[in-house]
Formats: sequence, structure tokens, C-alpha cells
Amino acid sequence: MTERPEPAGGTTYVVDAPLAPPAATQGLLEVFRRRYLLKLLVRREINARYSGSFLGLIWSYINPLTQLFIYIVVFGMLLDRGRTEQFAIHIFCGLIVVHFFTETFNAGTRSIVRNKALIRKMALPKEMFPVASMMVSLFHVAPQLVILTVTVLVVGWSPSAVGMAAFVLALGIVMILGTALALVFSVANVYFRDFASVVSIMTNFVRFGVPMIYPYSLVSDRFGAAAEYYLWNPLSNAVLLVQRAFWVGTTEDPAATAATELPDNLIGRGLLMLAISVVLLVIAQLVFRRFENKIPERLT
Amino acid sequence: MSAADSTSVPTGPGDYSPDTSIVVENVTKTFSLRYHRTFKQVTVAKFRGQKTKDEFNAVDDVSFTVKQGESIGLMGLNGSGKSTLLTLINGTMKPDTGQVLTRGRIAGLIATGAGFHPQLSGRDNIYLNAAVFGLTEQETKDRFDDIAAFADIGRHLDSPVGNYSSGMSSRLGFAIAINVDCDIFLADELLAVGDKPFKRKCMAKMEEVRDSGRTLFYVSHAAGSVRRMCDRVLVLENGRLAFDGDVDEGIKFLHYDSDDENNDDEELGADV
Repeated sequence: MTERPEPAGGTTYVVDAPLAPPAATQGLLEVFRRRYLLKLLVRREINARYSGSFLGLIWSYINPLTQLFIYIVVFGMLLDRGRTEQFAIHIFCGLIVVHFFTETFNAGTRSIVRNKALIRKMALPKEMFPVASMMVSLFHVAPQLVILTVTVLVVGWSPSAVGMAAFVLALGIVMILGTALALVFSVANVYFRDFASVVSIMTNFVRFGVPMIYPYSLVSDRFGAAAEYYLWNPLSNAVLLVQRAFWVGTTEDPAATAATELPDNLIGRGLLMLAISVVLLVIAQLVFRRFENKIPERLT
Repeated sequence: MSAADSTSVPTGPGDYSPDTSIVVENVTKTFSLRYHRTFKQVTVAKFRGQKTKDEFNAVDDVSFTVKQGESIGLMGLNGSGKSTLLTLINGTMKPDTGQVLTRGRIAGLIATGAGFHPQLSGRDNIYLNAAVFGLTEQETKDRFDDIAAFADIGRHLDSPVGNYSSGMSSRLGFAIAINVDCDIFLADELLAVGDKPFKRKCMAKMEEVRDSGRTLFYVSHAAGSVRRMCDRVLVLENGRLAFDGDVDEGIKFLHYDSDDENNDDEELGADV
């Protein structure tokens, strides 16, 4: 056995840190605290998605544009036939919300299983991955927002403070609600991979459950007082808020449109939905924490 | 927070002396033999009265404490729970019962290879991996040259890690982990795939880490390198701590002592 030299200078190495569990995390707060790592994960995700692709980021413009085209032709020209003013913009407002939400929900659900190489080897807050999925989806909102803004400006829309507040509120609802659902389903997907399939079926309903390819006025006409229940869907509120922000201003008489096509007290409802989403996020965090301990060993 | 707090743990972090680096207290980790079963398999098993769950303790009621600066050799046969114990100390997994406490930043590798993203270049993976260990962007930049020099994979640094050989990715993984200013360094069979010059370099670097006063946890089957690196040996047997003490006695306990006396140079190479 070889003799070992004493530490240099005879001083002992002192660690200035408390004795703590190595995996002590404060969940989502920890994610927020380690923003740099989150940034790298988001960037990695975006790079990986377009790596080996010639058009790269241009794809994130092509996809929404083609969808918009399909909806305009099928629903605008064949089905609705001009009953709704500026129907293309009406649809696109909904499409932004629906895309953002379904992408967050789908990618978030798969995020933990997809990153198992990292999760099995290294200690990091696992909430990181669903949150990163949400951020990547948020990143993809940008090109759609550019397309939408250019379109409405051409039609003759001018921004308003209330409209922008409505848009921010809508984004907030989808961000928080999407993260909450992604958290719960990402851990569920570790236990049973069936959940990824369940989620993609669930997101099919989203498209038709929001006033996108039909105006809200149709819902209130048909359902009357029961339309109130339709508005319990936070995503419907988010779509209506985006329509308030961009679509209403492009119609002939914005005030009249807002009165007939939107429910009353839209901003108030939006704030309530935001609050509900925050509550759901807290519940999701608790559920996640309850089950996350078993994640590494189940990721085979 | 978790169940560990409510089930009356007699000791807290305050009950240990300030030079305690790692505390492992009655830690048990249970795994199922098979997790994913289909609906059909479960129904058939229920119908036949077979059990649908089959569990074992990968780590079974293990307790020990480590002082700052100790270098521990963790030994045991394949499947005795060494890697699981290391993932518990590292924080990747949480114990089912008992508690693990650590002081300071932990770095190291668990079973060769360190969660690289195959589509990203070696360079990007360095930044990502360092961030997982808790380094900031500036800290990574400061260490980047050291990491690249230690990994010594030349132009491959800018090609996707997916194209790397197993030796190359473990070189890169080790280079990152060793250059993180950690207080506890975990090394799990990390020399298994490196070539001989790289193994020498790693051993020298780990001795440097050990002599700087950091806590070292070294998993190996090579008695020679454990004898050289460590001042204490833990031996696991079917998840239970079977031996805790002097290096030579530990090696003798495992009957690893008989076959490595006359081939001193071969010992490092035997780390497979």
C-alpha cells in the first residue's frame, strides 16, 4: 500500500454547505432557480428538432400556414360561407391557442420518457422537462404570431391596450394549464406508456371544443343558458381572449362584434381561468412529487 | 415534504459533525423485477393466482457515514447494489426508506457515460452536462479548455455525440465530471472502456482530486486500483453492507486478494 501525502499546507478541506438530501428540490421553484439549465434544455430541444433539416426553422412557419389554408378552404369556403366576418383570422386566433396547448400537452407528456438517458444518470429536477416542452411550444407561437400580426395589420387593425392584455392573459392561461397537465401526464406516461396515446386522443377534442371553426355566437344561440358551461373550458376563454385581441379589431364594427360574438366580462373570466389554472398547477406539482421518486427505475 | 420526514427519523442534519460528508442511514431501495406488464399478462396472472408483483431490495438497510476527504472503495459482485447505492448518494434516485444526506456539490459518473444527447455535438453536451452539475455559463467557459484537453478527442468535439465510440463518450463524460469543482466525486466503473493511457491519466487525476481533500467514492472490481486510491472499503453483498473498514481486509473479504499480487501493471487494465 502506498503512502499518501497529507493535504497541502496541513489545512483541512472544509465544505461550506449544509448536510442535506442530495435530491432536495423545491419542484418548479427549483426549475425557476436553474434558469440557465432550462435555457440549455430548451435550446437543445429546438436544435434537435430541426437538426438534419434543410429548411430548419422555416418549417415552423409552413406548418401553421398550411393548416390555416385548409381551414379557410374547408370551413370558410365550403361550410361557413362567409357568415362570420374575417373568418380566416377568426380561425387563426384559435389555431394559435390550440397549437400551443396541444404541443405542450403532447410533447410534455412524452418529455420524461424521451429524456431518460439524462434522468437515469444525473440528479436534476425532473419538472425541468415538462416545463422545457412548454417553453419550446411557446417558442413556436412566435412565428404564428408574426403571421397573424402581419395579416391583421394588412386588413387594417390597430393594437389596443385591452387587446394586448387579453392576449397576454390567454398565453398565461395556456402556459400554466399546459404545464400542469404536462406534469401530471409526463409522470403517468412513465408508469404506463398508454398515456401518450390517451393524450393524443384528448387533444383531438380540443380543436373542436373551442370556438375556432365556429363562432361563439353559434354556441350561445344553440345552447342558450347552457353556454355558460361551455365557457368553463379554460381553452375556450383563451381562444376568445385572442380573438378579442386580434380578430374583433378587424371587423366592420368592432364594438358590435364584441357585443354579439364574445361573452360579457371576458377579461374577468380570463382572470378567473388563470387563477384556476394556477390552482391546477399546484395540484399537479403535488401529484408529480408524489410519484417522481419512482421515475428513474421505471425508465427502462 | 416526503414520507421520509413523517416517519420519525431520529437524527437530523444537525446531529452530525461539520466534517461529515455523506450520511447513509438505514437506506433501502426496492425494485420490481418487472414493471411493465400488459393488461393481458396481468389478467392471466391474476386468473391463475400467480403474483403480479415481484420485488427485491437492491439496497437493503445500509448505514454508514463518510467524513470529508475520505476515499471509499465500493466493492461487491455484479448485481450487489453498488450502482444503485451510488445513484442514491448522487440524488438520481431517492431511497424508499431511510435517508441520505450529503454536503456540497456532487459530480461523477454512474456506470460509464453521462446522459449525453446523441444529436448534439460534444461541445454542446459539455455545456449541458456542466449545467446539470450546477455550473454557470461562465464557469463552464472557464473550464472548457481543460475539459477539451483532458477528453482529447480532437476534431470530434464538434460532431454529434451519437457518432462517438463508447471510449470517446466516456472520455468526454469523465473530462466534464472531473473538471467540475465538486466536494464529492463519484466514480462508477468509469475506467471500464478507456484505453490504457487514458486510464493512467484518470487515475492520476483522481489521486489529485483525492489529495485535494474531496470525498471520493470509487466503484471498482480491480483490487489494485482500489488499494492505490482508497483508504476505506465498503463491500456490498446482495444489497446489504457486508464489510466496512480497512482496504486490505476488505479485499481479502471479497477474496479478490489472491489473483493480483504478481501483475501490478495489469491491475488497472483489469478494471472491467
